[in-house]
Amino acid sequence: MSKYLVDIQNERLSFFTPAGEVKALNDVSIHLEEGEVLGIVGESGSGKSVTAYSLMGLTAHPGKLLGGSLVFEDKHIENMTEKELRQIRGNDISIIFQDPMTSLNPVYTVGNQIMEAILLHTDKTKAQAKDRARELLELVGINEPDKRLKQYPHELSGGMRQRVMIAIALACEPKLLIADEPTTALDVTIQAQILELMMELKDKLGMAIIMITHDLGVVASMCDKIAVMYAGRIVEYGTTEDIFYRSSHMYTKGLIRSIPRLDTKEHERLVPIEGTPVDLLNPPAGCPFAPRCEACMKICLNQMPPKTEFDDVHYTNCWLIQKEEFEKGAQNE
Amino acid sequence: MAKYIVKRILLAIVTIWAVATLTFFLMNMVPGGPFLSEKAISPQATAALEAKYGLDKPMGQRYLTYMADALHGDFGDSLKQRGRTVMDIIKMKFPVSAKVGGVSVLVSLLLGIPLGCLAALKRGKTLDSIISVVATCGIAVPSFVICTVLMYFFGVKLKLLPTMGLTSLKHYVMPVMALSFYPTAYIMRLMRSSMLDVLGQDYMRTAKAKGVHGFKILFKHALRNAILPVITYVGPMLAYTVTGSFVVEKIFTIPGLGGEFIGAIQGRDYTLIMGTTIFLATLIIIMNVVVDICYKIVDPRIKLK
Amino acid sequence: MNKNPLSFQLNLNPEDFLPASDEEKQSQVVMRESVSFWKDGMRRLRKNKVAMVSLVIIILVMILSFIVPSFYPYNYKDQIKGANNLKPMQYSAQELERIEAGEKVFPHIFGTDKMGRDYAIRVMMGSRISLLVGLIATGIILIIGSVYGSIAAFFGGWVDLVMMRIVDIIYTVPDILLIVLLSFALKAPLAALVNVPGFGWVKTVGENLISIFVVFALLYWVGMARMVRSQVLMLKESEYVTAARALGVSSGKIIRKHLLTNCIGTLIVTTTLQIPSSIFTESFLSFLGMGVAVPLPSLGSLASDAINGMNTNPHLLFVPAILISLIILSFNLLGDGLRDAFDPKLKN
Repeated sequence: MSKYLVDIQNERLSFFTPAGEVKALNDVSIHLEEGEVLGIVGESGSGKSVTAYSLMGLTAHPGKLLGGSLVFEDKHIENMTEKELRQIRGNDISIIFQDPMTSLNPVYTVGNQIMEAILLHTDKTKAQAKDRARELLELVGINEPDKRLKQYPHELSGGMRQRVMIAIALACEPKLLIADEPTTALDVTIQAQILELMMELKDKLGMAIIMITHDLGVVASMCDKIAVMYAGRIVEYGTTEDIFYRSSHMYTKGLIRSIPRLDTKEHERLVPIEGTPVDLLNPPAGCPFAPRCEACMKICLNQMPPKTEFDDVHYTNCWLIQKEEFEKGAQNE
Repeated sequence: MAKYIVKRILLAIVTIWAVATLTFFLMNMVPGGPFLSEKAISPQATAALEAKYGLDKPMGQRYLTYMADALHGDFGDSLKQRGRTVMDIIKMKFPVSAKVGGVSVLVSLLLGIPLGCLAALKRGKTLDSIISVVATCGIAVPSFVICTVLMYFFGVKLKLLPTMGLTSLKHYVMPVMALSFYPTAYIMRLMRSSMLDVLGQDYMRTAKAKGVHGFKILFKHALRNAILPVITYVGPMLAYTVTGSFVVEKIFTIPGLGGEFIGAIQGRDYTLIMGTTIFLATLIIIMNVVVDICYKIVDPRIKLK
Repeated sequence: MNKNPLSFQLNLNPEDFLPASDEEKQSQVVMRESVSFWKDGMRRLRKNKVAMVSLVIIILVMILSFIVPSFYPYNYKDQIKGANNLKPMQYSAQELERIEAGEKVFPHIFGTDKMGRDYAIRVMMGSRISLLVGLIATGIILIIGSVYGSIAAFFGGWVDLVMMRIVDIIYTVPDILLIVLLSFALKAPLAALVNVPGFGWVKTVGENLISIFVVFALLYWVGMARMVRSQVLMLKESEYVTAARALGVSSGKIIRKHLLTNCIGTLIVTTTLQIPSSIFTESFLSFLGMGVAVPLPSLGSLASDAINGMNTNPHLLFVPAILISLIILSFNLLGDGLRDAFDPKLKN
């Protein structure tokens, strides 16, 4: 028995588009213990959502898993049939999507959509499922659950709909909840409420969460561990402290510098990361971040940086760290 | 809902009135009359006939008389088919057209919807290409071409199917094929594009993430959303098809309302033209209301105002 | 802190760790060239084989119907003596004599009709008429429909309500009725117009054909008007138009810059798809005997004339029937291709 609930090793995944192969994931490894919260941070297109979706076998059409292993509770997801996957989806692993406005089917009532998940994965009767749905709505903090059950998604506000999405996700008490930018489409005040609710429910139900976001503020307050992704690779991985206080990859450092802080001095500007992400149709030979990196070295452009492990958890892929080691080694000789 | 229906009915009455008025004046302003073409009739006889049907009176007065009668359900006698009221003719001819048309609409729905869905599900595959090509060809062939080609091969060359009348089930085959050809192709295209649109929606991903079975995703989550454009199309299409296609009725010699209508127009049978026009307009308006109500049932987001 | 400093041994040189210059960094950036909306659309259209083949077919048909008849050895209205009902590539007795005499006689590729007119040139002229009807009628529909629709949408309120009710009424009147009535009604004024100097062309074109255009102008713009109205309504509500308005951009500029550029893709597509539908309607009218005036042929009237002799001369029916289906199919496929290429919503 692995000590991890989720253990992704060297996942490689590509989208075969008419324009060519888009290498969406390259050698992505992630692991997560029961009850842990992992944040995956990165820009749009960095592969954070794809990583999470592939764990449910939800890779969209031209996407294809090319290698690596995805283990959930000692079962290999990558070898599962569609039928086996269906038993896991919504049952052991659930997901909350980014846009609650479009993620609920407009032609069915909220109750119908919550009950669907319950009826699929349990032996409950319709009446029992309805009770459970009411219970779930209360759990996610929706008042007048009986009235809400009969309402259609368009009759609810955005925050309310996201709560409904959470209720659907929690219907079968999953062991893992994937939250794909759950607050991006919501108002700032609602964002905080939804995040608070998620943390509350996590403590109550003891599930693990993978939090996908581009908001470092969100991960800082919620996550135990953080994976920073760039261009389909994990550039740095570590505990929240590692990432915020001992970050070693230039991209992570750049990200942290671009967050507004309370202790910023007046007239001090936020530092943006210049440049645009690489084109994954033609990935560069070296480090994908190199062209935007202010400390870029010759080797960065030609060779992929090796993994440098600082301890059991914290690692990074950056030539700068290797340079320090190299120079130390040269001195020792 | 009740308020909405009342409102729609009132609006429908106004529309029918407008259509009837427009038709009446257009028809009467056109030079010529119903009895001019019959050369055998003397001017005196023509005048007598015109007097009998009230055609000698001023247009405004005729209009008022006609509208008053029409309100009581009296659409008058046919000017050309002596001794028959317009209502009699519609009652006699409409069921013929409605039977052929109804079967055709059913056929096009039963073929068009599943094939369109199938093409969307197999997007980019061979099956999709075949269905799309057939559908595109289907909307490109005029109905008289279909009729004559069917007639030539099945009726004349192979002698498989009867070419005239509507007396047995076999007689239905060719007219139904001809009538359902275009709508089937159109529904296939409509269904395919709207299904593709729905399949890309976020809620489909949600359903999949819940672990819903493939078939159930299709039937419960996708179909209900994707069928809306088809409903919009089928409503008026049904009204037009059941009232008969002139081309199909002419070529296959079917005694239906479509042929009757064209005959009436060409023969200037004023009362019959008015009667059939009002009948057709009413049918179309009713179908539109039915479509709107179906819409409301299928899609709760739609508010009926 | 460092548990495993060098995870695997590599051959590294100190030079490798020298800072890279900006040029070196830039050389790694492979940017996809950014292309404009039109360029991007044209590129996608060119890649669409079906649409390109359709375009070629349309151009070929246009050459056949507009250019070839001017130097074709036969004329569409000349009745060749003794050459009635010839089969394709068959010669009449007189023509055979002339061939014996060493004269060169151009073959009747599709034979002749019952009045002894060369069928190939009649088909060419027929497709010229059908194409003309399609193009001109579509032009009329485009202008009236888009103006009407955008006015209704732009003003909104009761203007919109009244204008759309009128559309509903026109939509409900059976079109065949109006067509027949109009063609009767227009006959006399048009016949009078022929004698007015400068309007002699009315006679050659035929009163019926002009009535058809009038009918299109009066009836068939309603679909276009509805489409344009919904487009403009949608765009009017869109946030970038609100933003432009908030920035103080004038109404005229909003219409030109935002509404028009965003509508134009859909408009082009609808127009291309309207052409086959106009040809369709014309052929149907010709079939009913309400189309172009004799001896001018259209594909519909040719097919309709041939139906009675279907058993003996099926090619007279099939040639125009296939051609008309081919023209409509090509326009439809081209329209689909244009939609795929230019509809931004369907991008990717």
